[in-house]
Amino acid sequence: MMNIAVNPAKVPALVVEKSTGYWKNVGQRFMRDRVAMFAAFIILILFAMALFGPLLAPYDPFAASIMKRLKPIGFPGHLLGTDELGRDMLTRLIVGTKLSLFMGITPVVCAFAIGSVIGITAGYAGGMVNTMIMRTIDVFYAFPSVLLAIALSGVLGAGITNSLISLTIVFIPPIARVSESVTTQIRSRDFVDAARASGANAFTIVRVHVLGNVLGPIFVYATSLIAVSMILASGLSFLGLGVKPPEPEWGLMLNTLRTAIYVQPWIAALPGVMIFVTSIAFNLLSDGLRTAMEIKN
Amino acid sequence: MDTTNNTQHDVGGPTQPLLMVQDLVKHFALNKDMLGRGGGVVRAVDGIDFAVRKGETLGVVGESGCGKSTTARLLMNLTVPDHGDIIFDGQSVGSKELSLKEFRRQAQMVFQDSYASLNPRLTIEDSIAFAPQVHGVPKQESIDRARDLLQRVGLDPRRFAERYPHELSGGQRQRVNIARALALQPRLIILDEAVSALDKSVEAQVLNLLQDLKDDFGLTYVFISHDLNVVRYISDRVMVMYLGQVVEIGDCETLFESPKHPYTRALLSSVPSMDPDNRTEEPPLSGDPPNPINPPPGCRFHTRCVNAQAVCSQIVPRLVTNKAGEGVACLMHVVGSGHSEAPLVAQEAL
Repeated sequence: MMNIAVNPAKVPALVVEKSTGYWKNVGQRFMRDRVAMFAAFIILILFAMALFGPLLAPYDPFAASIMKRLKPIGFPGHLLGTDELGRDMLTRLIVGTKLSLFMGITPVVCAFAIGSVIGITAGYAGGMVNTMIMRTIDVFYAFPSVLLAIALSGVLGAGITNSLISLTIVFIPPIARVSESVTTQIRSRDFVDAARASGANAFTIVRVHVLGNVLGPIFVYATSLIAVSMILASGLSFLGLGVKPPEPEWGLMLNTLRTAIYVQPWIAALPGVMIFVTSIAFNLLSDGLRTAMEIKN
Repeated sequence: MDTTNNTQHDVGGPTQPLLMVQDLVKHFALNKDMLGRGGGVVRAVDGIDFAVRKGETLGVVGESGCGKSTTARLLMNLTVPDHGDIIFDGQSVGSKELSLKEFRRQAQMVFQDSYASLNPRLTIEDSIAFAPQVHGVPKQESIDRARDLLQRVGLDPRRFAERYPHELSGGQRQRVNIARALALQPRLIILDEAVSALDKSVEAQVLNLLQDLKDDFGLTYVFISHDLNVVRYISDRVMVMYLGQVVEIGDCETLFESPKHPYTRALLSSVPSMDPDNRTEEPPLSGDPPNPINPPPGCRFHTRCVNAQAVCSQIVPRLVTNKAGEGVACLMHVVGSGHSEAPLVAQEAL
């Protein structure tokens, strides 16, 4: 590579030294973070369970048996026991991953798309536009997120779609807020002024100079919201506002098993354990990403 | 007599100043607190007039907070002025003949902080190629131009083109910023403390680079700095600012050799002498500059001026420039101003 004939008058089209890009660098740092890699591994397993659940599960998740109700963990043939209708817990936990993850991730993805547009617009525009957008967002902030989710779901009516919509609305304000503050910070940097001084319009500046610098931090924040979203979605299902029985979903399973808490407390706790592990994994992943992205000069 | 008032449109003529600034004003309003206190106005730039000739380097000096950087931002319209006209080669910026976007193609700026002025997520060549692309140059051509410019500012494009800003030293980054400013083939470059953050040896290299580029591309510089030695080295003419106003403007050597305004004198004597017999015994200026929220009445410098007299706190001295573009805003140089050192009869122009 080094011995190409170089015409000094003309700059060669081939550039010899390529430097590692920012994201590649972040990737390498992330790989070295053991905790984050462990979290990523757990999330990978969860996704595998969501994708191949029916293939992995030993039983039909809907097959009930009056004879085998509420069997303890380690019961022959049922590794994690059975629920109040005699359905295999292991099967329902595995198959339930799909819906639980879907309910946890979808609202955050939607809120990320909408909230970051709102926040970046407010942050880049500044001044009156910023004040108007952010004060409107603050109105939603006034309600505790759990209460807001329940209230919106209650108004919209029970069902998966409606609880997804209400959770999306719950997560737009915090994402918009974070986007706004990151964008305001980037906007004050000299390279944005330099871009303005080169005659570029606001849209081009946001596309080329702002997005690359703000999407990373917003994404990290959104990842940390997945855990909250999973818990809220489970909560809505628990209250009967989300997923309907007999669909396997962790929050709903907690609800239906709560009557069995004195009979088989460990069985009743299993869906909770799944929710806990999943949210911890997403939180650790988000922490790891944040650390990996903090590359100092 | 006042060249800055020459509004004749003489586009392209060598005698037409490249940049004329007329009565530029920027006041920043301070927010009132909840009890309605505060809410003053910072007079960052308070009515300045000057002209930059084609092919010259105009140095701008002054203490921190005197409005140097605000002036630079106002010139590029990064901060919108409250009042005043900027006339570029005879055409008013923002008018039909010269849109702001076209002006920004012809005038560029280099900032002090070499790291903050480069997008950390873009490679060097992408940063440089951004501006030409905005003005419609095709992507590949912009990249080629960026690599040419890297070569031109002394950075081997084969080594640096695809690097990221954090992989470069401060001096290298400032070279990149200069290349970025050159990418639009501008006629005017505003250098806002562009070498102030660099090591002395690197600073000297960058200054020499700036000189070479100026000769090669026929550039005109507005060079803002607090470093008097650097300004003296690079400038053809110098403008001295104090509290948002121009107190003296003139030919660089003349101004450094025989400063007329007491503030310029004090500022220049703050440069340590190389001669031990000539050392500065007393601080040339005492105290901080007055608060720009409530600048003193009359001459703004009278609170710290050794020549101040009663009349100085009553009459505002105006900067009057002669044909040579030299001027001083001091009552000691105004005929019959009432100051005891003022000339009694009009003298021949300076």
